[in-house]
Amino acid sequence: MNLKHKALAALAALAPTGALAQEAMTLDQKVNEVFATTTGPFVNLIFAPLPGTSFPWIVLWLVVAASIFTLYFGFVQFKFFGHAIRLVKGDYSDPNDAGEVSHFQALATALSGTVGLGNIAGVAVAVGIGGPGATFWMILAGLLGMASKFTECTLGVKYRNEYPDGTVSGGPMYYMSKGFSELGLPGGKILAVMFSIFCILGALGGGNMFQANQAHAQIAGIVGDYPGWITGIIFAAVVFAVIVGGIKSIANVTEKIVPFMGILYVGAALVILLVNFNMIGWAFGQIFAGAFTGLGVAGGFVGALIQGFKRAAFSNEAGVGSAAIAHSAVRTKEPITEGFVSLLEPLIDTVVICTMTALVITISGQLMMDAETGKFILNDAGTAIATVGGTSGVALTSAAFGASISWFPYVLAIAVVLFAFSTMISWSYYGLKAWTYLFGEGKASEMTFKIIFCIFIVIGAAASLGPVIDFSDAAIFAMAVVNIFALYFLMKLVKRELQSYAARLSSGEIKPYKH
Amino acid sequence: MTTKLVVGLDGHASGQRALDHACRLAKLIGECEIVVAYIVEWSPFSFQTAEENAQRHKRREQEIATANERVVEPAVATVAKAGIQVRGVVRHGDVSQALIAVSTDEGAEQIIVARASEGGFAQRLFGSSTSNLVMSSNVPVTVVS
Repeated sequence: MNLKHKALAALAALAPTGALAQEAMTLDQKVNEVFATTTGPFVNLIFAPLPGTSFPWIVLWLVVAASIFTLYFGFVQFKFFGHAIRLVKGDYSDPNDAGEVSHFQALATALSGTVGLGNIAGVAVAVGIGGPGATFWMILAGLLGMASKFTECTLGVKYRNEYPDGTVSGGPMYYMSKGFSELGLPGGKILAVMFSIFCILGALGGGNMFQANQAHAQIAGIVGDYPGWITGIIFAAVVFAVIVGGIKSIANVTEKIVPFMGILYVGAALVILLVNFNMIGWAFGQIFAGAFTGLGVAGGFVGALIQGFKRAAFSNEAGVGSAAIAHSAVRTKEPITEGFVSLLEPLIDTVVICTMTALVITISGQLMMDAETGKFILNDAGTAIATVGGTSGVALTSAAFGASISWFPYVLAIAVVLFAFSTMISWSYYGLKAWTYLFGEGKASEMTFKIIFCIFIVIGAAASLGPVIDFSDAAIFAMAVVNIFALYFLMKLVKRELQSYAARLSSGEIKPYKH
Repeated sequence: MTTKLVVGLDGHASGQRALDHACRLAKLIGECEIVVAYIVEWSPFSFQTAEENAQRHKRREQEIATANERVVEPAVATVAKAGIQVRGVVRHGDVSQALIAVSTDEGAEQIIVARASEGGFAQRLFGSSTSNLVMSSNVPVTVVS
């Protein structure tokens, strides 16, 4: 058995119902069991289906919001797309602000928090269950999500706190409390507290445990199976060194490697697509046909739609509010410019990178299909499409890339570990901001959160994928419930900014600087 | 009309030679002002963590204060002692581009820099700030060895 097959076999063994169940209560198992029972009710509430259907209400909530923002702001994601690119290039940046956080840096930082496992593992889950048709809904959700991102990031910059020492804190909790009181509405503070609680849970879930879990799966896939808590402790130690020890060099190295890995990933996907260019048309055919018929996947076209929407939301976090925290550090006199820049995020994350993954998986032939009917063959349980090696999640993506480039699974493994690490660092910051909003800024308070964060890395690496992914999704979507509710009240403030900015842009009052 | 000369310093000892040369020129010219410039190397296209972003404004102020204190102010003091009109400027950015921007803003006649002493692989690959400056400046550049 060569190393690649060993890797895939080990990954398969780590699936929820895998080898762990055979042993008597190991430490990993105990962690897993306690975790699943405590988080169960919360997960069930967030993912409750609409009465009489199998459609989770939360997915509808996100998509409806993104559609409303798209219409309310007159398709801002298309109208101001070119302007967003020019802002990122720095055409409108005041040269006297050189040395401050640029639009590009704010975008890159926010992207490093979102580009990651969602694009690699999440898409594979979506396509594995919902078929290639899920991609269509994913792209649509990504395009609509651009308007949600625009709304929340504009508000994030507008209502951030600037402290006398020059540091800044921003995010939904600040625009909820300040924005609501500006409009004379009650309850802003309550929403801010609720959001902060969910943000802490999201940071510990999707921003931490899911990442640790998948990173462990990757490492175990290469070196062979071993207990998850070992990876957890190593990861926790490194994260601790960065966020508590202030060892910047580790974070700096990752921040430089991660964009490179992202480019390498998209590059490899493009190479595979170019080599198989005669199949691209067929793959898009599958995506469109699957989007409306399901091509035999579980749940039919609704199944494809749910998976696509869900994974897009989890991957680009539009409407969740996390990006508003990341984007609020930018130096600009016009908060709305950061909104324009942020709308590129779902585009890069979902419309470009996720679609690449989906196309590679579709073209690779890993999804088993009945040649006569052109429909997909389901696995024994009937829950997902049968794959060549019985793989799912990261392992499916890995196998799909490996089918064309044999050594790519190794690169992917390194990429996953690094993406996981950078996402953890980003989310530790988001969680910390929510924590300090609740418990006040200060060394002791910050330290408490950072230690809790590191402990959850160990739990995440030890628990099995099922409960972790459920809790991660639920916590992140709970943030979106509160955030979007607040955005509905605050969107008229963004509209005012948009109208004023658009008028000044067309009158020539706002013009590019000569560099 | 006052002639302005921009002197680019990089905090190395070689900067003193550029400054000495500028002082000699200033005396020959007569009515002349020297603008001492220090550029903090910075790119708007680098990658940073969210926490670094949040503290960026504070760090920038610190960088400007440090550059003023360690490089610009001592240089300004020595030039002033020689009885020449002098000012200091600290900017962030790409060294060559920012020096050109300073000279344009000031309406300077000339940019004076010292040749960087360090060589090596990186310089061969990317070119030095000095050669970039010479290639793209729109006023004469004097490179002091």
